[in-house]
Amino acid sequence: MSEAIPYTVDARPDTGLNNVKIGIWLFLASEVMLFGALFAAYILLRVGADEWPVGSEILNVPLATLNTVVLISSSVTMVMAWASLIRKDFGKYRLYMGLTILCALGFLVIKYIEYSSKIHHGYLPETNTFLAIYFTLTGLHGLHVVGGAAMNAYLWGPGAKMWKTAPQQFINRVEASGLFWHFVDLVWIFLFPVLYLL
Amino acid sequence: MADHSHEHHPELGFWRKYVFSVDHKVIGIQYAITGLLFLLMGFCLMMLMRWQLAYPGEALPILGSLFGEDKMPGGIMLPEFYNQLGAMHGTIMVFLGVVPLAVGGFGNYVVPLQIGAPDMAFPRLNMMSYWVYLMGGLVMVASFFVPGGAAQSGWTSYPPLANIASSGQTFWLLGMVLLITSSLFGAVNFITTIIQLRADGLTFFKLPFFVWAQFVTAFLLLLAFPPLEAAGFMQLMDRLMDTSFFMPSGLVVSGEVLQNSGGGSPLLWQHLFWFLAHPEVYVLILPALGIVAEVIANNTRKPLWGYKSLVYSVIFLGFMSFIVWAHHMFITGMGSFMNAFFQTTTMIISIPSVIILTALIFSLWGGSIRFNTPMLFAVAFLPMFGIGGLTGLPLGLSASDIHLHDTYYVIAHFHYVVAPGTIFGLFAGIYYWYPKATGRMMNETLGKIHFWGSLICMNGIFLPMFVQGMAGMQRRLYDGGSIYAHAQETLDLHLMIGVSAWLMAIFQIPFIINFFLSLKKGKAVSENPWHATTLEWAAPSPPPHGNFATEPVVYGNPYEYSVPGADKDYSPQFEPTQTTPPPGEAEAQPAGG
Repeated sequence: MSEAIPYTVDARPDTGLNNVKIGIWLFLASEVMLFGALFAAYILLRVGADEWPVGSEILNVPLATLNTVVLISSSVTMVMAWASLIRKDFGKYRLYMGLTILCALGFLVIKYIEYSSKIHHGYLPETNTFLAIYFTLTGLHGLHVVGGAAMNAYLWGPGAKMWKTAPQQFINRVEASGLFWHFVDLVWIFLFPVLYLL
Repeated sequence: MADHSHEHHPELGFWRKYVFSVDHKVIGIQYAITGLLFLLMGFCLMMLMRWQLAYPGEALPILGSLFGEDKMPGGIMLPEFYNQLGAMHGTIMVFLGVVPLAVGGFGNYVVPLQIGAPDMAFPRLNMMSYWVYLMGGLVMVASFFVPGGAAQSGWTSYPPLANIASSGQTFWLLGMVLLITSSLFGAVNFITTIIQLRADGLTFFKLPFFVWAQFVTAFLLLLAFPPLEAAGFMQLMDRLMDTSFFMPSGLVVSGEVLQNSGGGSPLLWQHLFWFLAHPEVYVLILPALGIVAEVIANNTRKPLWGYKSLVYSVIFLGFMSFIVWAHHMFITGMGSFMNAFFQTTTMIISIPSVIILTALIFSLWGGSIRFNTPMLFAVAFLPMFGIGGLTGLPLGLSASDIHLHDTYYVIAHFHYVVAPGTIFGLFAGIYYWYPKATGRMMNETLGKIHFWGSLICMNGIFLPMFVQGMAGMQRRLYDGGSIYAHAQETLDLHLMIGVSAWLMAIFQIPFIINFFLSLKKGKAVSENPWHATTLEWAAPSPPPHGNFATEPVVYGNPYEYSVPGADKDYSPQFEPTQTTPPPGEAEAQPAGG
């Protein structure tokens, strides 16, 4: 396939940025609007509700705390993966990226345990508006975790071939994937207090 | 500035070249053709509605039998089917017709050429955005064939009605999620392309106005659509998982209290919907404004009057469009403080629109105007958009909106903005860039028949609606208000509107013939048939994959026409001959003023 534009790894001098970085930041801006709308909906529904359950009484706070730790750790390993590439240590990259993916899977497993115990106790989205927004927000966030993990798995496995052919482009890809991953973490850092603690 | 490759590109196979192409020009044409087909489809839905309104309760001859007993028993249209036509007409025209044509079509084709880039920044993402759009469109259209038919709750899909509507509404929501995803890909691509791939010397204040319009439009798409996507997810949850985000407690439907968990707010949907849908109005109009500016500058042979004020206005317009959404909700009982706030911001947003329109009108002053077909459409755009804009003011003021809300007046107002406004702008663009895309001119005689017929019929359709609306005719009645005493005096106008609509259809035939005939029979042209100044005219017609033979370099401002002392009446941006005054000075005084 012929590409009209060869990929440019260097930043454009007058903007100081490369294409991928602008692209991923714009995408994240739109994600902020997406989750922002859901958080706004949460506020509006809660303000207008006659009664609103206390999250910590229905939801499992210790499990969610554990999940918070898992997810924040994965952000750290993500940065380490990228930094290893900068230091040209591909083995370390594989290790840290692998840990990031494992953390993501761990998060999903814990989330699954939470979900199934909710459903087991008859706490369904249709039970009340609090659980509806809980399942919508955490569900959408969970889909983002799945997406980020899939992207990282690609960059760990078949996508890593690029390290041989176009190392700088590969580093840029890992960086963009990392920015997305930090965003997913950040959303969870908002979700955790809003749903579980407040 | 990016490393452009100008080596020979290997010949591509048919599928890669025309179907799954990553070339922005092919994708632009795919978008444009698909968008035009959807426009035609939305137009046909409208003609069925107009038949029903002109002859309520009478059988539709010949065609009526085609639709089957569940939609038109004995050829007589059921109210449910009328509602489907209404909802789908709005959705198809806005989300599947005008936006894909204006942004996906013109934006994709013209923007990289006008900034001197070989392609978009992310070519494969570009291809994906087209195919996701097409999938969304097919899901929408497929909803006509599910049990219960397509969405029926208007293009706004207000709950609680939309929550309990038939399964077509689920298709509508899925289609919207796909369309929003597609426009998100497009927006990321456009902004990155415009920031990163400008040619050497092309600073932001040397960009053609069309690029600016697309730039602001892309930001609106990027930031305004996700809230509707969130709302779409929530409505899907309501419909499929029995949640009640938009369902209040104790709702009575058909005499029975609905069993839902309750506690939701129907107004929440309206807030999220209009937070998208007001900026969406500018997504429709801004590309058209950009096209009109290009065509007017070219055909008056003068620099655009007040280029810088146009640019600042369009940026301000984009910013303000995010804080006016609730002027669609004056009668929902938000309270007078909120009404006052949104009324004020709405009045403020009219200022940049007026500046843009005024600058375009001033651009005509003292020019030796060439009245070719694109110019006719561009000039007609000005008063049509003017009528649409000015009639919006009474709707933006909460007191007068109480009377006019949800009447035919509203329909007339926004159609003046979108139909003879935006779509005329898009027609101007089609006639203007057709020679660039195909290497041949469109036929002027057919073009002028198309223009004059459309101009007269458009006004025949929409002008009477102001009268009907002020008389109090409600907008979504399937019998056109014939059972209401207060509407009786204006019922005759339905017939006039209907006849105008069918004549309008006939006057599109010359355009369709022209579009295809000129591919083979049109006059062959070189790269710059209009003697224009912007960068796209430096590329061959049609441009090859990779666009420019040599990487273009920009020397001057975008609209250097009739420069004193120059040897011809236009000095293209890509030619170093002109003496370049600093931006902002050349256009400060109207020539001949």
